[in-house]
Formats: sequence, structure tokens, C-alpha cells
Amino acid sequence: MPTALTALTIHELTERYRRGDVKPSDVADAYLSRIERLDGDVGAYLAVTHDRARAAARAADERYRAGRPLGPLDGAPVSIKDVFCTRGVPTTCGSKILEGFVPPYDATVVARLEAAGAVMLGKTNMDEFAMGSSTEHSAYKLTRNPWDLSRVPGGSSGGSAAAVAGELGLAALGTDTGGSIRQPGAFCGVVGLKPTYGRVSRYGVIAFASSLDHPGPLTRDVRDCALVLRAIAGVDPHDATSVDEPVPDYAALLDQGVRGLRLGVPREYFAEGLDPEIERAVRAAIERLRDLGATLEDVSLPTTDYGLAVYYIVAPAEASSNLARYDGVKYGLRAPGGKDLIDMESRTRAAGFGAEVKRRIMLGTYALSAGYYDAYYGRAQKVRTLVKRDFEAAFARVDLLLAPTTPSVAFKHGEKEDPLAMYLNDVYTVGGDLAGLPAISVRCGFSSNGLPIGLQIIGRPFDEARVLRTAYSYEQATDWLARRPELA
Amino acid sequence: MTIFQTVIGLEVHAQLLTRSKMFCGCATTFGAAPNTQTCPVCQGMPGVLPVVNRRAIEFAVRTALAFDCRINAACRFARKHYYYPDMPKNFQISQYEEPLAEEGHLDIELADGTPRTIGIQRLHLEEDVGKLVHEGTLETAQASLVDFNRAGMPLMETVSKPDIRSPEEASAYLRAFRAVLVYLGVCDGNMEEGSLRCDANVSIRPRGTAELGTKVEIKNLNSFRNVQRALEYEVKRQADALSRGERIVQETRLWDADRGHTRSMRSKEYAHDYRYFPEPDLTPLALDARWIDEIRASLPELPRARRRRFVSQYQLPAYDADQLTQSRALAEYFEAAVTAGASPKATANWTMSELLREIAADDEDAIRRSPVSPANLAGLLRLMDEGTISGKIAKDVFGKMVQTGDTAQAIVEREGLTQVADAGAIRAIVDDVIARNPKAVADFKNGNAKAAGALVGQVMKATQGKANPALANQLVQEKLTKM
Repeated sequence: MPTALTALTIHELTERYRRGDVKPSDVADAYLSRIERLDGDVGAYLAVTHDRARAAARAADERYRAGRPLGPLDGAPVSIKDVFCTRGVPTTCGSKILEGFVPPYDATVVARLEAAGAVMLGKTNMDEFAMGSSTEHSAYKLTRNPWDLSRVPGGSSGGSAAAVAGELGLAALGTDTGGSIRQPGAFCGVVGLKPTYGRVSRYGVIAFASSLDHPGPLTRDVRDCALVLRAIAGVDPHDATSVDEPVPDYAALLDQGVRGLRLGVPREYFAEGLDPEIERAVRAAIERLRDLGATLEDVSLPTTDYGLAVYYIVAPAEASSNLARYDGVKYGLRAPGGKDLIDMESRTRAAGFGAEVKRRIMLGTYALSAGYYDAYYGRAQKVRTLVKRDFEAAFARVDLLLAPTTPSVAFKHGEKEDPLAMYLNDVYTVGGDLAGLPAISVRCGFSSNGLPIGLQIIGRPFDEARVLRTAYSYEQATDWLARRPELA
Repeated sequence: MTIFQTVIGLEVHAQLLTRSKMFCGCATTFGAAPNTQTCPVCQGMPGVLPVVNRRAIEFAVRTALAFDCRINAACRFARKHYYYPDMPKNFQISQYEEPLAEEGHLDIELADGTPRTIGIQRLHLEEDVGKLVHEGTLETAQASLVDFNRAGMPLMETVSKPDIRSPEEASAYLRAFRAVLVYLGVCDGNMEEGSLRCDANVSIRPRGTAELGTKVEIKNLNSFRNVQRALEYEVKRQADALSRGERIVQETRLWDADRGHTRSMRSKEYAHDYRYFPEPDLTPLALDARWIDEIRASLPELPRARRRRFVSQYQLPAYDADQLTQSRALAEYFEAAVTAGASPKATANWTMSELLREIAADDEDAIRRSPVSPANLAGLLRLMDEGTISGKIAKDVFGKMVQTGDTAQAIVEREGLTQVADAGAIRAIVDDVIARNPKAVADFKNGNAKAAGALVGQVMKATQGKANPALANQLVQEKLTKM
């Protein structure tokens, strides 16, 4: 039964693969036919890579038949956010300006997943250049939240989160620059992990804001998350900002419990603007962790209020630089009718970028301009250092921080037309990006209208193991995962 | 009439002799087919990241140490933004506020021997851009093509202080600068192929004033001669303008070597805002002090020091020492020949007159591959010294050594060129020559001493140059005085 197969997690599936109950091709086919049937409603995918998926699944079949699987991801279907370069597969980053671009190389994380035997199902929809919190800024299509098709899946990794939630994918890769893994994770009720900056290679990840971009997994449960993280983490000679820290076997460390862990509750994360239903759910989750043996402590992150302001200087500044290369000369769109080079480039960028991307290029260009640099970019970097110090001070007292992932649950399409209202969605997630800390979002309840709520767990740099183990303890102690969205 | 003082600063871009590019693994060979030495990184594809070439850092540190610069242990890269299709990312990874090295100097000597110290303000690393190829001329082209082979090649930019006071000094600075780089083995110094490129900032001010005049940047100075010509033109243009009561506009001008003038490219109002900011894809470089010390210890002897040593150690005239240290390969050639046993002065003479007739002094490779090895040159000089061959024969033998690569000994033996030093044999020829030249003998008797020379010449000719010239001369003199 296809439905039954797509309801299983990676660790459940690979166990069956090993027993020979089911083979990777059956699972790939089950997903491909479910995508065929239901993705018209959800709109999670920009491209489905049927042939590549079937070929990879058949190769995995062979390995299991020969009794030599590659490891815990062999034969696991994965969906890749369209921000990751995939050799031979069109990669648009959700933008018209990259229409027709076919990368000649694979992003390191994609190569690592495929080397571990994962089966790529396709490329998922996203806000253009990962700029947005609803996936409504995609130049190509709308993505709907599987829990309520009238609502957004969050963003920018909205396609990845919707795929995993709607059983149109099993595990997915996303990127988190201001919250783009955790926020859609919360909106769609899936696990979303933003690893430490430098933990996972950015090579082949189409850059939005280089110092803030974090690739990471979105999965059904915490164990799957641990498995995918282990496969993609580790130093990469192609990424000078990746860090040569050992990669532990995260899944093996999940069972250690939370007894004795000191958990901090930052008071600034429960401020005005937080939906009371979310506050109730998150506080209940915190109590649950105390019941499991952790100790709680109130902490303060006084610079929290400045996080968004800093983020909206640094991220657009870096974006204005990273996006300069899209000029119609080398790849992607070239607008017709240009009278000369500059006219061609202007027309291409005018036609190729959406309004939100243009807004951020303008903001970023301004922030880096002669005479404004010190007041904006320079100052923002200084405040960013203060934000980091806040976290360092908190982590001198506690092992982890607990907070809501978002101030509200998934909103309706078109509800947040005002860019500032949209930006406020990132209020609890940007801090982790600015400080480069590992942070996860896990399901911790539902709103009265049946929408998932996310609990955020933030850890010290390179302490993903403790973040995952705490999330796992909570997940095991609750039965939130039993509830599944119903698609036609 | 106001007397002006010229103030010049030079910015030199040197392409480093690393095997791979600055931020990716692509090869750096010159002259490959367009876009064959490229990869996603140096084509600026979406998603790529730079990784610093450690060898390029080492070369820059080596150069900075040679110029006595202060090395900044913590330096970092920055992005410099402007739109141009030869630059794939539309920004260049360069260095801005935290360059690799600062505050050095280069000591030069002018043609008349005057020593000058030119300050070096900064030295930093960056990536080169690609090349545009226009279909036809720039003005008439219907399309332009981009070749990214050069994009991402490591470039070292060195900015002098405005310490240069004349176009001749600028040219001397550039020559000395180039020699240091070539000695260090960090750059091939080839200006025609663009391995070494020079821009100049030039201004003039009334002599005696402290304030600098408005500076003009001159681009496209692609040879020593052009540096001097362009600056001479520009200094005169500025002096003429000021003398007419005009003001100098701060601008960038392009040197047109064919027309022999500079022309305006863009004025200050159109200057780019490069929007520099620290390159977020690269962590700041932390240069290890021990590594810098290792590089310092491995520095070769530099041109000036070697020139001084050649004078003191080998008692060479300053002119010879200067000529022989023009390039590292030439100096090494000279020393190798001396080590093989040849006399320093004779080696210097033969290297300057004979070797450099065949090979250009700055063609390092050709000198290293010279068909006449230093040991073979020493062998040739030894045969001459021992009297086996005459100087005249030696020159012929050198020519044959160039053609065949054989030793002098082998050529002399094969061709029977050994000098005839047997007095009996030569005396017979002398008798014969004197018998056949009564007129010359009569001239000599009438007091024309030169006539004896002509007779010696005849003897040499009769022996195909193999007679020992001194002996031949002695025997002719003897015979004539006895007559």
C-alpha cells in the first residue's frame, strides 16, 4: 500500500529494506505516484526527477539484495530545496533570473546524500533566493500547507517542509538564513534543524547571505534528523568556512535523556506579539522537559530586540553582493531588446528579480555605500557581536535554550502583504542565525484550528548532539506525531 | 615661470607563478584555448565558494619580506564591486582595509648611480579578471566574447608611496621591482603577456610647496619604455595646463602608445563606489609567525646585494656587476662558470659579449637552457688560457658550441683547431711568407712598423689561425731584424 509506505520514517524503512520486506524502488515509486496525485494541490515541487530517482532506487535495491547497503540512508527518498545546485537538474532558486540554469556540479551536501544512497525525488519550491517566510515569493508557484491548503507552509524552505509534512517526501534539505528551516518546520509540523555555522558545507548552496546561510535537514522525526545530519555534516575543502570538528553518531546519542541538563528560558522570547496558544503549548513543553529530569532557569538575552534590525542590514548587504553575478551574461535569463551591455543587464535584472529580491538588493546596496557603511553595515556587525555575547553569557549558565519557533501559526496566503509584518515572523529565529548556533524546531502541539506549533531548542556551537537528544526525549514523551495532515 | 616638481606613485600588478588559480584549482598556463582553464568557481557560477591558494600567500609574503614590509599577521579579503562582464561575479575578491603587508621600501639606483629609496605603501593579493574578445574592433564589434581563463589568476598589487620624482625614476623603480620579483621566482615579469602591469598616479606642484597637486591616474603602461613616455607626456601636459592657468582635473587617463598621448577615461564624479566589505566566504588569514620566519630564511640573495658582492668578491667593475645581475639566471650562470674554474673577469667578458649576443639577459629560461653550459664556457676559457687555442679561434668555437651543445674540447679536437706552438713549424711558414712579400719587408725596413703586423696576419692566415699569435709575432720580428 503506497500510503503505508510513505507514512514510514527513514529508520523504519531501512529496517524493512534490510529485512527484505520492501525495496527502495517500491518506496520511490510510492512517493512518485503520490507526488503525481497530490502535488498539484500542495505545490511542494518545482521539478520531480523521476529518472534519477528510479535509477538511484534500483541501485539501492541491488545493494540490499547483495546484503551490502551503504548505511542508514541507503534507499531513503530525499527532496532538495531548489537553492542547492544539482548536476544536470535545473536549479532556479525560485527565481526567473535562473530560468534554464542547469548546474554542472552538485552541492557538497547533495553529493554526500547521494553517496550515502539517498534517492533524490526532486527540487522543492522556495521563496526567491530564500528571501521570505511564506514561499509566496517564489517566481514559479504557490505552495500550500498540507494541514490547511488555504495557508502558507512558511518559508523560505516551504516546499521542503510541505513535502515532508504531506508525505510527498520523506526527508528534505533546506537552508536557514533568518529562520527558513525552523519556521516552515514549525508551520508544517515537521522537524527542522539549523546546524552550527560551519557544521555543514555551503558549497553549491546558492548564496543569499553568506555569513548567515545554514543548510540543514527537515524530517518527520528527530531520529531521521540525526541520521541526515550525520550524512551531510563535516568539513569540506570547498568551503573555507566549514569547520573541522568531529561528526558524532548523533542517532546513537539520542537515548541519553535530559536528566541533569540545565535548560534556559529566555524571557525576551515570550514577549508581546506572541500568540497565547503558542505560549501555552511551548510552556507546557518546557514543563514536560522538567518532568523528564531537566532543570529550568530564567535567562535574559537583552539584545533580542535588535536581532531583526541587525539581520535586515547584514543579510541584504551580503545579498546585494552575492546577487550581482546575475546579469544575463553567463547563464539563466537574458532579457531581449538590450541596446548595449548595460541596457541588457538592466533589463535582465528588472525582468528576472521579483519585488522582494529587488527591495533587499536596494537595502543592501545602500547599507554598503560609501558614507553609509559605518552607520549601517559596520554598526550592524558590532551589534551582531553583542547578540553573540548574549548567547555566550546565557550558555555559561545553561546547556540549552527553549523558546517558541514562531510568534504565530501558519497564516493565510496573501495575509502578510506588508514586508515588515512578514519580517516579524523571524523574530525568534534570527538570533540563532546571527550567532551561528544549532537550533531545532519540533512539534509541540496544535492551535485550536488544528495548526502545528513549534518548540525551538537552541544549543552551544557544535552541540547538535545535545539539541537532538533533548528534542528526541520530548518527542518520545509525547504523542504529537500521531496526528497527520489529510490530503485528498 | 614656475618650476614644477613631479610626484609619482606606481601601482604594479604582478601575476604570480602559482600552478593553480587564487581561489580554485584551475591551471594558470598562458595561452590555452579560451575557457578551457575554468571551473564553476572561476566562472562565478551560483553556489560556488573561494578557497585561498596557500602558495599565493607564500609568494606574497616572500615579496613583502624582500621589500622589508610589515606583514599583517591578521589580514583578510574583501569584495570590490563593479559591473563588468569580464568579471564573472561582478565583484573582485581583493584586500582593502587589512592588506597582507604595509610600509616597505625598494632601494634603486638611477642611471648616474644616484641611490634612491622608494617607499612601498601596501602589498595585497587579489584575483585577476577574464578577457573580452571583440569581434572586430571595440567600436565596430557586433558581439563580444568572454574568455575566463585569466579570471581568478592570482595577482599581487604593490602600491608605492608618492616618492618617485621623475619619469626616469619611475622606469628605474619598475625595472628594479621586476628584477626583485623575478629573483624571488614569484612572477615571470613578462610585460607583453601582461604578467606585470603598471598604473601610475602623477601630479605636479610648484617646487618647494608641501601640498600635493591634483593627481591623475594613468592606465595601460605595458612596458618600461611606455611608463617613461606616458609619464613624460603627462607631466608636460599638466605643466602646460597649469602654466595656462587651467586646473588639473582628478581623473583616470589612458595611455595610447600608438598616438603617444594620454586621454581621459573617466573623471572623479564617475568614479566607482566599490562598496567594499569583508569577504564573508573566507575567514581572516592568520599568518603563523614561524611560517613567515621560514619564508624569510629561504629568501634568495636579491639583485642589489648580489651586485655589491660581485664587485667585492670577484673584483668586477660596477658596470659588469650590474650587467651580470640583471636576472637571477644570468648571475647564477656567471657564478657557476667561475665555480667551474674560470677567471671572473674573463667569464664576465665572455658572458656579456658572447652569451648575451645569443640570449636576452632577462630570458631566464633560455639562460638556464643555454646550449653552452657554465661548465662548458669555463672549459673554453681554460683552453684559451692554456694556449691550446687563440682568442680568435675561441670565438669561433663558442659559435659552434652554441650550435651543437658540444664541449670546446670536443670541437677543437674534431676540427683540429689546436694552436700550433711549435717554433720550428711556424718558422718555416714565416720564412715562406717573408719570401713572398718583399714589399712588406721593404716597408718595414723603411721604418713602417705596421708592416710587421701585416706579415703576422699572413702567417696566421696561412695556418688558418692556429699559430700561436705571440709566437708568430716573435718569429716575424726576429726574422725581420736579422735581415
